[in-house]
Amino acid sequence: MFGWEFPPHISGGLGTACYGLVQGMNFHKQEVIFVVPKLWGDEEPVADFVNASGVTIDYRERRFKKLWKNLTYLEVNSFLVPYLGPKEFKKFTDYAIHDRTDVDESIFSTNYQFSGKYGKNLMEEVSRYALVGAQIARDRTDFDIIHAHDWLAYPAGIAAKEISGKPLVVHVHATEYDRSGESVNFPVFEIERAGMHAADHVVAVSQLTKNTCVRKYGISPDKVTVLHNAVLDASIITSSYTKKVPEKIVTFLGRITYQKGPEYFVEAAKKVIDRDPNVRFVMAGSGDLLHKMVDRVAELRMGTKFHFTGFLKGDDVDHMYAISDVYVMPSVSEPFGIAPLEAVRHNTPVIISKQSGVAEVLNNAIKIDFWDVDAMADAIFGLLHYKSIAQMFTELGGDELKKLKWEHVAAKLVTVYEKTIAQRP
Amino acid sequence: MRTVCFYFQVHQPFRLKPYRFFDIGEDHYYWNDYLNRNVIRKVAQKCYLPMNALLLELIQRYDGKFKVAFSLSGTFLDQLEAYAPDVLESFQRLVATGHVELLNETYSHSLAALKSKDEFFSLVKKHQDRIKELFNGYSPKVFRNTELIYSDQIGAMVAELGYEGILTEGAKHVLGWKSPNYVYASAHAPQLKVLLKNFRLSDDIAFRFGDHTWADYPLTSQKFVSWLNALPKEEPVVNLFMDYETFGEHQWAESGIFDFMRHLPEAIFTQSNFTFSTPSEVVAALSPVSSIHVPTPISWADEERDLTAWLGNDMQDEAFDRLYELEKKIRTIKDPDLLRDWEYLQTSDHFYYICTKFFSDGSVHEYFSPYDTPYDAFINYMNVLSDFILRVEAHAPAKRGKTKA
Repeated sequence: MFGWEFPPHISGGLGTACYGLVQGMNFHKQEVIFVVPKLWGDEEPVADFVNASGVTIDYRERRFKKLWKNLTYLEVNSFLVPYLGPKEFKKFTDYAIHDRTDVDESIFSTNYQFSGKYGKNLMEEVSRYALVGAQIARDRTDFDIIHAHDWLAYPAGIAAKEISGKPLVVHVHATEYDRSGESVNFPVFEIERAGMHAADHVVAVSQLTKNTCVRKYGISPDKVTVLHNAVLDASIITSSYTKKVPEKIVTFLGRITYQKGPEYFVEAAKKVIDRDPNVRFVMAGSGDLLHKMVDRVAELRMGTKFHFTGFLKGDDVDHMYAISDVYVMPSVSEPFGIAPLEAVRHNTPVIISKQSGVAEVLNNAIKIDFWDVDAMADAIFGLLHYKSIAQMFTELGGDELKKLKWEHVAAKLVTVYEKTIAQRP
Repeated sequence: MRTVCFYFQVHQPFRLKPYRFFDIGEDHYYWNDYLNRNVIRKVAQKCYLPMNALLLELIQRYDGKFKVAFSLSGTFLDQLEAYAPDVLESFQRLVATGHVELLNETYSHSLAALKSKDEFFSLVKKHQDRIKELFNGYSPKVFRNTELIYSDQIGAMVAELGYEGILTEGAKHVLGWKSPNYVYASAHAPQLKVLLKNFRLSDDIAFRFGDHTWADYPLTSQKFVSWLNALPKEEPVVNLFMDYETFGEHQWAESGIFDFMRHLPEAIFTQSNFTFSTPSEVVAALSPVSSIHVPTPISWADEERDLTAWLGNDMQDEAFDRLYELEKKIRTIKDPDLLRDWEYLQTSDHFYYICTKFFSDGSVHEYFSPYDTPYDAFINYMNVLSDFILRVEAHAPAKRGKTKA
């Protein structure tokens, strides 16, 4: 498997999902070689880890050069160089296209240190990661199938398939349409499309995501299998942390970005506060829309009832769930969305948007359209005031959670693998 | 009579500590003692102590012919007592010479004059008491409102309190063709005289002194006196109003600002017929040439000389309105901690930090703000205010039943 991050060094849900899946595979006695750009050394030894930063590329291998030409195309497409006039830009891109296709000093050298983050050299790292994929595929023969998680790892998966001739499964945890709406970043879209087309089979984390693969990326529905995510630990968490304010608390917890729909939460909050002043709203997290949300809250004059916590980590996340009376995830487009399940573990009733993958597996939750702020406000008000619904959700939600096990997911994945291998000529 | 009137604003706010959502309802101490102490100590070393020593030296050398005026905010005095008694003592020594005048203002450098007459009066009274207590019964005759904010209405309130004069900005859009170098009468209360800041000459010292790109750089005392002499002969008074931190803090010692001030009195005495006066002396000596109409408030801040540094964007307005909504309930409260927080939360700086005017190009505002962005400032202030509201409501229960936790 090619991933980009692995616990404990994660910045989003991708690493956690990979961890759960690897655990599930172990349950079924499947051996997993897991490649990450950078190993930190404190990962739990659940797989045969390969540190891409430690892989030496044999640049004499002729087949790599051909791969490299395609990769350079990717990189050139993502060039965003500030302060260049059209002439300089042409010179710069000409250089990059024509001169860098042979041996590049920094990337196509024997050793390369990955940051494993999502920084400004991301495209460079993705390209290099693909070379590492090719090298590993040449060096190791002890694998039957290649599995690449999300676009950052697709080029590595494609390269490994090309070198080894073994089948490729790409796992779509999110697409560019989820992250950016209609204003997609074209190079990223291109990589995603290439990955899905090169793959022998595609795994999507929800029906919603499968639809995107089919409609936006032109993948045949027969080639896509839906494997919903699961939870690592379904036990109910009872926290001793208590809230310090008399009002009820309604929480949004996640990145404050377009994808997560924070503005609908703000609008719904206003409607609820107008009717019931004894409620506090909390927006926990950070992101590029934070300032806009702060402005809007001030404009609606609810600053003493609507709070921002900034990015939460560690215990604070648990505390936040523990003191919440309602958890809302109004995502505009959420391939899966694991956070509501965390809320359920804290016995907190949840409201989720119909545009989230998790809505397909969680029945004991109120589901609304992300844009329907009236419905959202009604749902919040209802959960706060009509105790029976909230109680039912907490009773049944826990049982539902227990069914979402990674070993079930892994079992289905094994079937997908078997079918894919069988289909190979 | 031709005279120069120096007035220095000395103020430090009680800055808030990073106050998180989780602290609401639990932690009732809001102030960043570490930061506040550090700022006071740093500015004491760079400005207050050396400049006070220089002023004392000049007053003694010219036997009282050199004189200045200060307005020391209550939050500043409170912090001196806590962190810099040496600085407080040096101010007391200056005032004891009899050639340093003190002005009154609102105790916590607040914007109350824009919102509530009761609160404004109460804060002025508190400042009067504090000045009396610390400066041997001293009783100021001239008033200056927070950030030189002034309007006809504010003038009327200040006159009602019995002051003879008030200081404000010589804002171009108010003066038009008129000169700031005269005494004017307040429009609604003609007995109150209005002294206007000569912003060109004041800012030459306060803002441009160390600016290497300024055409008149470097500014020497001779050059400054030649500018005074070039003013029309019939204009009697030049009001040089500025932040005291100009000396050594905004303009570093290396810029030569202390040397400039050391030599300025000598240059004025020998090369011009100007004298030095304090605001109350100017008010006593000069009659107003006309009344001045200021229907909408002015201040000394930014190019606009209006209130937009503190109020006007949604975040500022909301913070301001939520705070003053509490005033009625506060009147029923006796708890000294709550009253102290109420006053400190009114300090104009909190609203200044939320200003978004210069957010993009970063400038004066950013220099003075302990926050990265106005948004951070707003979030932090509102978290504190939310806790404060809970405390106020617990002390003065509303009519509706209290919700249980």
